[in-house]
Amino acid sequence: MIPCSFFPAKRVAAVAVVLAVLGAPSIALAQIKIGSSLSVTGPASFLGDPEKKTLEMYVDEINKKGGIDGQKVELIVYDDGGNPNAARTFATRLVEEDKVAAVVGGTTTGTTMAMIPVFEEAQIPFISLAGGIPIIEPVKKWVFKTAQTDKMACEKIFADLKKRNLTTIALISGTEAFGKSMRDQCVKIAAASGITIAHEETYGPGDTDVTPQLTNIKGKAGVQAVVNTGFGQGPAIVTRNYRQLAIPLPLYQSHGVASKQYIQLAADSADGVRLPAPALLVADKLPDGDPQKPVVTSYAKTYQDNTKQEVSAFGGYAYDGLMILVEAAKRAKSADPAKLRDEIEKTKGFMGTGGVVNMSPTDHMGLGQAAFRMLDIKNGDWVLVPESGS
Amino acid sequence: MSVRSLDERPAAQEQPLSKARSTFVGSLGRHRLMPVLLLAVLVALAPLLFPSGFYYRIFALVYIFALAAVGLNLLMGYAGQVSLGHAGFMGIGAYAAAIGPAHFGLPGWLSLIIGAVLSALIAFLVGRPILRLKGHYLAVATLGFGLLLAIVFTSEAEWTGGPDGMSVSRLVLFGWSVRGSETWYWVSAVLFLAGAAIAYNLIESPAGRAMRAIHDSETAAGVLGVDVSRTKLLVFVISSVYASIAGSSLAFFNGLVTPDVAGFLRSIELVAMVVLGGMGSVVGSLVGAAVLVLLPQALTFLHDYEHMVLGLIIMGVMIFLRDGIVPSIAAAFRGRRG
Repeated sequence: MIPCSFFPAKRVAAVAVVLAVLGAPSIALAQIKIGSSLSVTGPASFLGDPEKKTLEMYVDEINKKGGIDGQKVELIVYDDGGNPNAARTFATRLVEEDKVAAVVGGTTTGTTMAMIPVFEEAQIPFISLAGGIPIIEPVKKWVFKTAQTDKMACEKIFADLKKRNLTTIALISGTEAFGKSMRDQCVKIAAASGITIAHEETYGPGDTDVTPQLTNIKGKAGVQAVVNTGFGQGPAIVTRNYRQLAIPLPLYQSHGVASKQYIQLAADSADGVRLPAPALLVADKLPDGDPQKPVVTSYAKTYQDNTKQEVSAFGGYAYDGLMILVEAAKRAKSADPAKLRDEIEKTKGFMGTGGVVNMSPTDHMGLGQAAFRMLDIKNGDWVLVPESGS
Repeated sequence: MSVRSLDERPAAQEQPLSKARSTFVGSLGRHRLMPVLLLAVLVALAPLLFPSGFYYRIFALVYIFALAAVGLNLLMGYAGQVSLGHAGFMGIGAYAAAIGPAHFGLPGWLSLIIGAVLSALIAFLVGRPILRLKGHYLAVATLGFGLLLAIVFTSEAEWTGGPDGMSVSRLVLFGWSVRGSETWYWVSAVLFLAGAAIAYNLIESPAGRAMRAIHDSETAAGVLGVDVSRTKLLVFVISSVYASIAGSSLAFFNGLVTPDVAGFLRSIELVAMVVLGGMGSVVGSLVGAAVLVLLPQALTFLHDYEHMVLGLIIMGVMIFLRDGIVPSIAAAFRGRRG
């Protein structure tokens, strides 16, 4: 180390600490290194936490069964706290220090977008768990994603509305990232789906009362249904106020509230709410013939047994990402990033918790419309809406 | 803590600081830019210790945050005014770097300058009423200002891309595209050193002496003929420019900007860098930035406990090195010698 008489001895010490911690040379055994940067803490922790648990759980299981073709899987997870700047730093670390073969991670659209240039430049396949459309449109050679997009949720809701002949709606959206992004998608596709958005309202993520906005909607003539995009506690407050005002129109929520927590927050008010959600939530209620049933029941059981927590859709995205990669590694018979990438792109008929995945050079998500199920909330539980005629 | 004690506390620090600097400079000469020269040598030699490209990114981030911290230190450590909304100015710089090229087709460097001018202008307009407040009231007012900017960046989605942010095109200087961690290491180092040199110059100037007089006692400074409100406003404007340029650099370096850059947590991080490194110490700002950028990386092996340990370390530093890392260590050295 360079002798240093001037002050930054502290800094050199800091470097030394970093070196001591990170600098251990990675030994190239027969193993596949998978990296991940997730928002385990911070505002998006309710997404990142189940994702991390899922990855760790399944990597353990794969290794117990002897790994992928005898190669052990090594998982490296960092916590970016939902901060895109930190995510990008960890992405650099995964590439430069840990020399991972592939990455499954990126909890939010913001952190994912911050990491994409790093993996594109390093030519390492990256399967994101976030929902945003910009992640895969335009298609980037090394970037894939597993979570359904907001646009698909909108299409699902609009298709259901059409089926019920409810074509004029009011839209109320949260101003947080999810609510805003989904609102934009809904507005964009409304006309093409034959839906008229007659009125729009918004609320902030910290609002504790949305009665004024809902009163506006109630007074609007011609509105046949109300759609709410958003996640967190906002939609629960919308639902409670909605019932307090006794608005007689059907209320649609988004997949952003597809968790038991929403039902707990909204309590009785949640009865009669309809929303699109991944099949995972209703794993035990799927009909026996459903091709997705084995995957989702097995994942839900494993997750609940290991963590003693309710299963959420978000951990499912991590399961899908990891398994798509594992299948690709089995076919590639190699831990070479370029070969892994090619095989991920060739994924066909993969049955994940989010639906059937058919990737192609022009579609790096590969999910069809069937990925979402329509659910009703009845007596504090989910009820599958029959898919007749769709 | 009363409002008064906030104002009084820094007075006790002033003396050790000027002595501290003379300890560093010591036999090497007493020119006021000597510390900058020594920092430059260190910055140039540091890459010899880097085992991989990852460290270039880490230290580039250190320099970028140190630049913002030096500016904030002028305000907090030298002029004795607190700002809990400084990330807002980083946000202005960052979004200027993003919006200029994307919406107006301006070159990146010009957008950076426009961001700095805009920050100065906003600091000037906002600073006039805000800086009349003192202590906790000033803290809350600047906090509100920062939150306001973060909300604007989040909600003006047509311009800013909303909560998911927008991408930033690469900075091009004289036909040369600035890209990659290694390049940014040198660019951010030059920016930081320039910022440090200007700060040292400012501190030794008449305006700097006026600043320090205000820090000790506004009343006394006023009696001595210092235009108190004008000097405070000047420092506030200068520190906003520091933050803005740091924000623009961060945006260019990351190629992406999200409202997070202007968020409350970032403001707190900047204040923590200043206080941790040492109020009224330019080198301290670098150390504070280094600690807060490096520690989270060094502690990742603790997995679920890293945040707890990070908090404990910061608490420990503040308990045992009460004046911040650099001034406390300098004082310890002086004590041993004397």
